Amino acid sequence: MNEQPQPEHKDDRPAIDVHLGDLSFPERPLDLAAVRAKLQSKTGKQYWRTLEELAEDPAFEELLHREFPRQAPSEWDDSVDRRDFLKLMAASLALAGLSGCGREPEQYLVPYVKQPDGMVPGKPLFFATAMPFGADSIGLLVESHEGRPTKIEGNPDHPSSLGATNVFAQASILDLYDPDRAQTVTKAGEIQTWSQFLDVAQALAATFRSTRGEGLRFLTGIINSPVLTAQLESILTRYPLAKWHQWEPAVGDGTREGAKLAFGRYVNTVYRPENADVILSLDSDFLVSGPGNVRYMREFYRRRKLNESAQADRVGSEMSRLYVVEPTPSVTGSSADHRLPLRYAEIARFARALAAKFGLGGSGKLDPNIEKWLDTVVKDLKKHPRRTLVVAGEQQPAEVHALAHAINASLGNVGTTLYYTEPVEAHPVNHLESLRELCADTENGKVSTLIIVGVNPVYTAPHDFDFAGKLRFDEKLGKKKIETVIYISPHFDETAQYCDWHVAESHYLETWGDARAFDGTVSVVQPLIAPLYKTHSVHETLAAFTDEPGLSDYDAVRDRLQAENPAVDFEKFWRKTLNDGVVAGTTFPPINVSLKFTPASLPPVNESSAGELEFLFRPDPSIYDGRFANNGWLQELPKPVTKLTWDNAALVSPKTAQKLDLTHTIPSRGGEHGQVLSDVIDIALSGSKVTAAAWILPGQAEGVVVLPLGYGRKKAGYAGTNKGFNAYVVRTSNTLWAAPAPAGVIRKTGNGYPMACTQYHFNMESRHIMMTATLEEYRKNPNFAKSEETPPENDSLYKGEAEFPYKRDKWAMSIDLNSCNGCNACIIACQAENNIAVVGKDQVMRAREMHWIRVDRYYTNTASSATGQSTGDPSEYQPALENPETFFQPVPCQQCENAPCEEVCPVGATVHSAEGLNDMVYQRCVGTRYCSNNCPYKVRRFNFLRFQDWETPQFKLMRNPEVTVRSRGVMEKCTYCVQRIDRARIEADKKNQPVADGAIVTACAQACPAQAIVFGNANDPNSRVAKLRAQQRNYQIMPELNTRARTTYLAAVRNPNSELDNA
Amino acid sequence: MSAGQPPIDSPQISRLTPVLGPGHTFRSVTDKISSIVLTRPISYGWFVGFAITFGFTAMMTIAIAWLFTKGVGIWGIDIPVGWGFAIVNFVWWIGIGHAGTLISAILYLLNQKWRTSINRFAEAMTLFAVACAGIFPLIHTGRPWMAFYLFPYPATMGLWPQFRSPLIWDVFAVSTYGTVSLIFWFVGLIPDLATLRDRATTKAKQIIYGMLAMGWRGSVRHWHRYQSAYLLLAGLATPLVVSVHTVVSFDFAIAIVPGWHTTIFPPYFVAGAIYSGFAMVLSIAIPLRKAYGLEDYITMRHLDNMAKVMLATGEIVAYGYFFEFFMSQYSGDKFDMYLFRMLFHGPYAHFYYALILCNVLLPQLLWSYKIRHNVPILFLMSLVINIGMWLERFVIVVISLTRDFTPSAWGRYQATFWDWATLLGTIGFFIMLVFLFVRVLPAISITEMRELVAETSEAAAD
Repeated sequence: MNEQPQPEHKDDRPAIDVHLGDLSFPERPLDLAAVRAKLQSKTGKQYWRTLEELAEDPAFEELLHREFPRQAPSEWDDSVDRRDFLKLMAASLALAGLSGCGREPEQYLVPYVKQPDGMVPGKPLFFATAMPFGADSIGLLVESHEGRPTKIEGNPDHPSSLGATNVFAQASILDLYDPDRAQTVTKAGEIQTWSQFLDVAQALAATFRSTRGEGLRFLTGIINSPVLTAQLESILTRYPLAKWHQWEPAVGDGTREGAKLAFGRYVNTVYRPENADVILSLDSDFLVSGPGNVRYMREFYRRRKLNESAQADRVGSEMSRLYVVEPTPSVTGSSADHRLPLRYAEIARFARALAAKFGLGGSGKLDPNIEKWLDTVVKDLKKHPRRTLVVAGEQQPAEVHALAHAINASLGNVGTTLYYTEPVEAHPVNHLESLRELCADTENGKVSTLIIVGVNPVYTAPHDFDFAGKLRFDEKLGKKKIETVIYISPHFDETAQYCDWHVAESHYLETWGDARAFDGTVSVVQPLIAPLYKTHSVHETLAAFTDEPGLSDYDAVRDRLQAENPAVDFEKFWRKTLNDGVVAGTTFPPINVSLKFTPASLPPVNESSAGELEFLFRPDPSIYDGRFANNGWLQELPKPVTKLTWDNAALVSPKTAQKLDLTHTIPSRGGEHGQVLSDVIDIALSGSKVTAAAWILPGQAEGVVVLPLGYGRKKAGYAGTNKGFNAYVVRTSNTLWAAPAPAGVIRKTGNGYPMACTQYHFNMESRHIMMTATLEEYRKNPNFAKSEETPPENDSLYKGEAEFPYKRDKWAMSIDLNSCNGCNACIIACQAENNIAVVGKDQVMRAREMHWIRVDRYYTNTASSATGQSTGDPSEYQPALENPETFFQPVPCQQCENAPCEEVCPVGATVHSAEGLNDMVYQRCVGTRYCSNNCPYKVRRFNFLRFQDWETPQFKLMRNPEVTVRSRGVMEKCTYCVQRIDRARIEADKKNQPVADGAIVTACAQACPAQAIVFGNANDPNSRVAKLRAQQRNYQIMPELNTRARTTYLAAVRNPNSELDNA
Repeated sequence: MSAGQPPIDSPQISRLTPVLGPGHTFRSVTDKISSIVLTRPISYGWFVGFAITFGFTAMMTIAIAWLFTKGVGIWGIDIPVGWGFAIVNFVWWIGIGHAGTLISAILYLLNQKWRTSINRFAEAMTLFAVACAGIFPLIHTGRPWMAFYLFPYPATMGLWPQFRSPLIWDVFAVSTYGTVSLIFWFVGLIPDLATLRDRATTKAKQIIYGMLAMGWRGSVRHWHRYQSAYLLLAGLATPLVVSVHTVVSFDFAIAIVPGWHTTIFPPYFVAGAIYSGFAMVLSIAIPLRKAYGLEDYITMRHLDNMAKVMLATGEIVAYGYFFEFFMSQYSGDKFDMYLFRMLFHGPYAHFYYALILCNVLLPQLLWSYKIRHNVPILFLMSLVINIGMWLERFVIVVISLTRDFTPSAWGRYQATFWDWATLLGTIGFFIMLVFLFVRVLPAISITEMRELVAETSEAAAD
């Protein structure tokens, strides 16, 4: 073949290689003379876009023709020869498959024709409301996306929240979207309309008007809504013979009756832990349970922050000291400086002895060891006059509460660390007696109509009352004992199946209402969304029995507020109230009450009542009295101390377990992080029997068996039915909180029951994970938390390779372990914010739970940890478990600068951002799980299956639209709430300002009542996080790995009494 | 064949012992080997064996289909143990695949004549093992339909794989190894395929073998090209023997997990791979030679040599175990030290003891001449080593993950039915491929055996 001469480049356009530089026109001077000439030569109107175009510069025209001149080689336009054509076709074919994905079909969205005021699509709005809970309510700000409430946050203006929340408030959003909620009015299970119900209610009302309400009974829980109270009161005035009974299964009468015993009347006690130097808790879990707990936690931990700028020997002098006497480890007890495990019955004796020490009369004989402990506490209490606090637990009997009141009075604490107000709950009564009366009246045929509001008495009433028997058809009578039972509740539950009418109750985010907080402050409960189903509020339901059956709850709330504030410009007042979330000026003022009680007047202690074992009934830390049983978030939430999920268990102390020969075994599936097989026991108590799984709980008083309430529901819904065992079955009116019993009541069945426990290994194995010290040790060595093995900064093999500078923002998180008591609020907040899936018990048992932040619990003083001889079998530590010190450590992603996960991802699905975040790219992730293997903190979570519920429409409404819903096969982990970071950064960029400190609050930090979590920019020396990172207590988990985590911890410092050898 | 030579299977086997039974001619060799493929009827035993292994293959297919339907959650993996059977099996199969290339490439270059009769099926075994291994990296991903992200292809988003990740190195190492092994095997097959074409009993066989023979006519020119191509490929394949398992070991050595992060892994993995590879060759060769009466071709000298290779690599592996343990204690690294305490005392200790028994203690029996020449025991030994090597990977992959840095996250691992179904399924698939292979291709290289006949008779003539 002859060598053909290369044809000249015939194209009159410039050859691509030669003239490319010339093509970018700024480099080419514009020939203005030519432009003028061109303009003159034109006639008529001319339209031109640029001067270059006008000048008809050939180079510029070329530029216009080729959109991407640099990329497109000229041969694309040239006549294509056969070889090139084949090459291109082959390449296109080969790569065609790779392009894979087709376009989504085109669909059209209709935008708002008239946009609602203040709403920008994609921008969430926040509304103030409040969640009523027992004799308290938590003020909330609820995030709403296009009308859908998605996330609950605390209301900083509300006294019981101060911006924080607890697990129940956080998880209540899931209750709103619970697909198992009752959705309509039913009569004997048949769907009815609301007007049919109204007809029946009005007919009943007409009857009662003539009979003055004879046989009409109401049964409610604690009611703290002024509107509802007024409504009930007006009904009771209308029907004077009607009666109102109350039953709250998980709140003891001790608080109420104790106040009555001490002061002769019901009063409400408000604590001010902030002002207390020494706190003694008599079995009170006041940090996470009972009215005001969120506020109390905030106040308590304010006194536990360490101010390092003080003189070295004065550091921590402001720290308060907490003594806890309790039968079973609670959150409060686990974070105490001194904890004394005592049986329930002994606590009363302890309280008497304590009162005796203060010269209040009475006497109490105690074991010498306990006596010594008590003496030290008394000494400490006396050392801080007027600045101490004695708190009695909700489940403790009236006598302990009365003693606490007396001791507080004698210590001069009233007015500083606590004060008394009028009761927050409406019509305080003795609930047990109230329910007993109702049951007795029913037996005597005095009840013809019973209206039950919530409470689920068939499930929660004491076993010996046989509440179901009161509602059931009576064979002897040949009819039902109560003619008409009307029940309003959110679920069609155990009680509903015995009722004639069931009214589906609206969620508090769907109705108007009001509620008092622990200090009396009233909040307006503002709905975020219209009821999802045909549900009705309690107000509407009760109004059906009045003259105003159609009264809307909105009008009821407004009318009442207006009536109470006649002087003000109401519209303005109303708007301000809704905006603030609290009704101004409604906080109860302190009242003066005089003590009418001497401990000497108490009856002598009944010594014979002590049994070998003592069964205690306690509300479950996750699902409370059972009302949250169908809440998957709470079911899957590891309980603070036991780390159990999806089940309750009979908690026994290690010694008792030994005596009863109860053990745990760890199966291979799930292992320590997932599944534990525990022995099943039969408990025959109070003439009834229940079968439960036994769980050995270190730190529990010997002989104590705790039966957590709330489980074993038979009709709770998909998530809650048949989980755990029902402790109510063995709970009688005599033994409401404690049942002494001989050891024989427990019989080992020989079966094992798999428990889903997310952290069974509780030993740190001498690793640099949870650093703790006493205040004294800390003063001596403020740097105790630093590891000797910390590699120096910039110690790299690759010298000369510049460290990435993180010029603008360098996000970091600081977690103060001094302030963490493992209350779990952060976990649920994170779950709600980040659309984290619930995986179910089976998957938790396979160690696949998805929580992005977990709270690890470690016990210290476990003997073999120092010797390092352990193999991970917890039975080795048994001797040291009588009263271990407990510490909690929240572990989100550590956001390492030298992230081991990033190195090993084959597809670059986890990459470092310029702000130092360790980002997950879900779309890119193929799910090799290599990153998780290489993560030393094991904070990564993998979608082993399709864990997200993509079908249930309610859950679609619930999800945070700013966070991707992950598919199966994808790794995920804590992002530091990157969506919140972005939102704040965009706002700051719009103002051309740096992101202000505090503008970004991660979901976990937001929820934390103790303010243990602080997030911010470590580059800004004035940011809170930078200051905390500069503290001496600041450390990183396992720094020897040189991961350079952005999440750092402030070591826990406890403030024990040096006189008290921690026995 | 001289009278002075010791008889086959005599106790005095030496380097001079022929690697071919006595009395063979070109014709007898060709007849014997090709008859297995062409004329011998399908035996009842073959059919039953094939049916069983096909059943297992079907089980594997079902297991994979179910996996794709539900996700990797059907396996026993969890957090902390993100890798389970899939990776264990992958490493195990890749290791097994090592013997073939070692025999065909390295022993060829070293001019070890005894390789001749075993290289063909050893190479086939390599391919099948790589095929089995290749299944796992794909199916173990959470989103297998996205697994192509691991390949460097010109994506429109301009995204490349993350080249620092050892998993990417794996992709290249394993795919290269698979490709080279296939070509090497196929090139070696060409003259034999031509023989089969020429002796084909039916038209269909003639056409198929003819196409596969790629026009081989046996001319001197062909032979010349063939020899140099084969030599070149052998040279090309040789470094791969070392590189593949080295790269696979990087999956672990590069990570920071205690028990993984060890510099001894590359040589120790390679030795382990050859160890298990030879064990698998023995596991296949012994039944094969029995079933098809190939004792003259796969002689006791072969078995003896392979046993010796196993012994040698086994010692290297044992050395690896010892130094892994020694370094963990000597380094003073608390995480490593703890892990080793776990290996000896922890919940998985029985796995570790079983591993030591299978891979270190029992193979010492191979020092004994008698054991090496007791075919049933040798067969059992090969199975024991295969199990031992599987356990080794299990110990490395799983147990290390159960006890890493953060005690609160420690967990355990238990395989589910689907894990076992996939493992047994791939074993069934592997054996099924072997069954098919012996029926459709010459299990022993006819060409090379003929060369051997020539050489043996020349030697005898001398």
